[in-house]
Amino acid sequence: MNKLNIHIVKRDTVVWYKSFLVRAIAIIASLLVSAVVITLLTGKNPIEVYSSMISGAFGSSLRIWSLFQNVAVLLCIALALTPAFKMKFWNCGGEGQVLVGGLATVSVMMFLGDSLPYPVLLIVMVAASVLAGIIWAVLPAIFKAKWNTNETLFTLMMNYVAIQLVAFFLKYFVKSGSGILTPMPEHGLPVILNQPYLLNIITVAVLTVLVYIYLKKTKHGYEISVVGESENTARYIGINVPKVIIRTLIVSGALCGIAGLILVGGTNHTISTTTAGGRGFTAIMVSWLAKFNPIYMVMTSFLIVFLEKGAGQVSTDFRLPVAISDIVTGIILFFIIGCEFFLQYKILVSKGRKEND
Amino acid sequence: MKKILAVLLAAVMLFALAACGGSGNEDNEKLGMSESPIAAVELKADYEVPADFKIGFICLHDENSTYDLNFLNAVDKIQEALKLTDEQVIVKVNVPEGNECYVAAKDLVGEGCKIVFANSFGHEDFMIQAAKEFPEVQFCHATGTKAHTEGLDNYHNAFASIYEGRFLAGVAAGLKLNEMIEAGKFTAEEAKMGYVGAYTYAEVISGYTSFYLGAKSVCPTVTMDVQFTGSWYDATEEKNAAEALIAKDCKLISQHADSMGAPGACEAAGIPNVSYNGSTYDSCYETFIVSSAINWAPYYNYIIGQVVKGEKIAADWCGGIAEGSVVLTGINQDVAAEGTFEKLQATVEDLKAGKIKVFDTANFTVGGEAVENYKADVDTDAAFEADTEVVADGFFHESEYRSAPYFDLRIDGITLLNEKF
Repeated sequence: MNKLNIHIVKRDTVVWYKSFLVRAIAIIASLLVSAVVITLLTGKNPIEVYSSMISGAFGSSLRIWSLFQNVAVLLCIALALTPAFKMKFWNCGGEGQVLVGGLATVSVMMFLGDSLPYPVLLIVMVAASVLAGIIWAVLPAIFKAKWNTNETLFTLMMNYVAIQLVAFFLKYFVKSGSGILTPMPEHGLPVILNQPYLLNIITVAVLTVLVYIYLKKTKHGYEISVVGESENTARYIGINVPKVIIRTLIVSGALCGIAGLILVGGTNHTISTTTAGGRGFTAIMVSWLAKFNPIYMVMTSFLIVFLEKGAGQVSTDFRLPVAISDIVTGIILFFIIGCEFFLQYKILVSKGRKEND
Repeated sequence: MKKILAVLLAAVMLFALAACGGSGNEDNEKLGMSESPIAAVELKADYEVPADFKIGFICLHDENSTYDLNFLNAVDKIQEALKLTDEQVIVKVNVPEGNECYVAAKDLVGEGCKIVFANSFGHEDFMIQAAKEFPEVQFCHATGTKAHTEGLDNYHNAFASIYEGRFLAGVAAGLKLNEMIEAGKFTAEEAKMGYVGAYTYAEVISGYTSFYLGAKSVCPTVTMDVQFTGSWYDATEEKNAAEALIAKDCKLISQHADSMGAPGACEAAGIPNVSYNGSTYDSCYETFIVSSAINWAPYYNYIIGQVVKGEKIAADWCGGIAEGSVVLTGINQDVAAEGTFEKLQATVEDLKAGKIKVFDTANFTVGGEAVENYKADVDTDAAFEADTEVVADGFFHESEYRSAPYFDLRIDGITLLNEKF
């Protein structure tokens, strides 16, 4: 019997216009497939559904501000996770690191808000949130560096500890027992040019450039790549691997702490156990989709937030269950992630030799 | 090939076995559900809604949560009654209790809504923030506590006197206990109920106390154990709590939590259950007795009417049985005691006429003593201090000084097995 042999072969680098073309085809294909699914499941006009998605993201100045604010938060967490990922340290603890950063911020706002002068308060807020994020990220790093524990499990479990910690402090902060802490906008981050989200957006834009430079142009960034490629090589050329792991996770945790600061000090002015809202995990996808490049991450985080906002608007405009929008988002992401496979590998089909059955 | 045949044969035999089992027992004649003992109140509108009127709704979750489904069903009811188009009624679901709620409220204002309604307790502060920014738009919030102290003309709280519904459900429970005592299943002294609560919070305390008092009004020897889960929705915890209560010899279970955990555990154990938020008859027809619920449509009708007519909306609104805000499902005639329907109808009339007060101080004691005065924490402020005298004329005035419940006395006869804040 003749068998078809299928080989998957890694491609050489693809020229930029070809990769652009493949991605464009993937997006168009995903929109077409989603259109068919929408029509079959709901009987709605897919063009109207897509225009409702766009209006959900860009329909008014409020929606645009809210879009960029959400991009900023998600991007900030993705920026935080990226140095660790590049080192193949699977930091799945973004959620917890953001939450403790937020918890530190809200504690400072609550207990020092009235007694400290505003500029000092701001400094203390930043320091507390960064420190809290660092502690949450560096604990698993120390265990990994010293005893080679599994960082995925460790960071995941730290998330639950952070959530419970927030729940515990909410019980302590809120005496009525309702568990809802009244926002304290008067002790929040400053508002510039009368735009509440502008400072958050600028902060993250600056951080994006800094992380890019840190990863691409500095000795630290180089060491991170070497440790990520091969720990043995790193050791051989004289890199102190435990030191790099711990140092990188300090950076990771500090950035997560800043994300917590932005979420609590600059956006919600209060905290709940759902403040991070799963962004610590979504950020993993943002970082991977962008192949750990901070500049591409601007685009991937934008894509994900756009889909999220659009999906919400679709369920509002058409009174559809949210699940329908989730299906569409899933299809689009599937195609985008899928096309990355075809950019990296090619499939060769050949007739194999005769085999005895 | 032989293997496949063997597997196929085994599968066929299994099916044959299952088929035999299925046809073995015959169903007894079922009486099924009765009408609701509370006559339905028709949604009447004495106003004409202009074509450019819009109302926006913000919900914490979507239709998969029984709590939110109850609000969404009411949205459908009012939309149908007032013949509003889909453009006039904008619903945003899955809005978290954070800045997202403020953004959603602002967005609804931008869409041209004259009223923005939010359904979850944690939305309150963000609704107030939006209300301050848009004084010409009315912001209405269910279950909140701050409207009467915030002093904003366009921010309002709403609730329902659901303690009356709980009391009625309690009467049905008490009658069932009496029936079981008469049948010799246990003695009057052993009549103990179990209650699965979410948090040790006034809304829940008010709910289980009124339920207990309803049962006690017909079964004077009844006692009750309460187990808290620490979550408004946690199917596993609620099931575990119900099973723990059943293991402690509770003869009947009720709950204030949003999942099917407790009713499911009761059905499995064959213990009668009084439900909340809506009927659980379909999956628990051997144990479900009756359920109380809040119907939000009358409140929607009220706020739309006030805005259309250009009149003020009350800072606090608490709908009762007469308004159609407090409703009961039908009674499961296969489980409920005989005469439950008639007794509930009579009790409804007495509650409406004010002949029965749910929190009548003659009917309960705290620490063995009658309650003559009590200060409750009605005003939400940083102090969390009791600030308002709420006992007068021989009863506790629930939901009068603000719409959300504030009854938080620990009365005799009820044992809290744990506390969860």
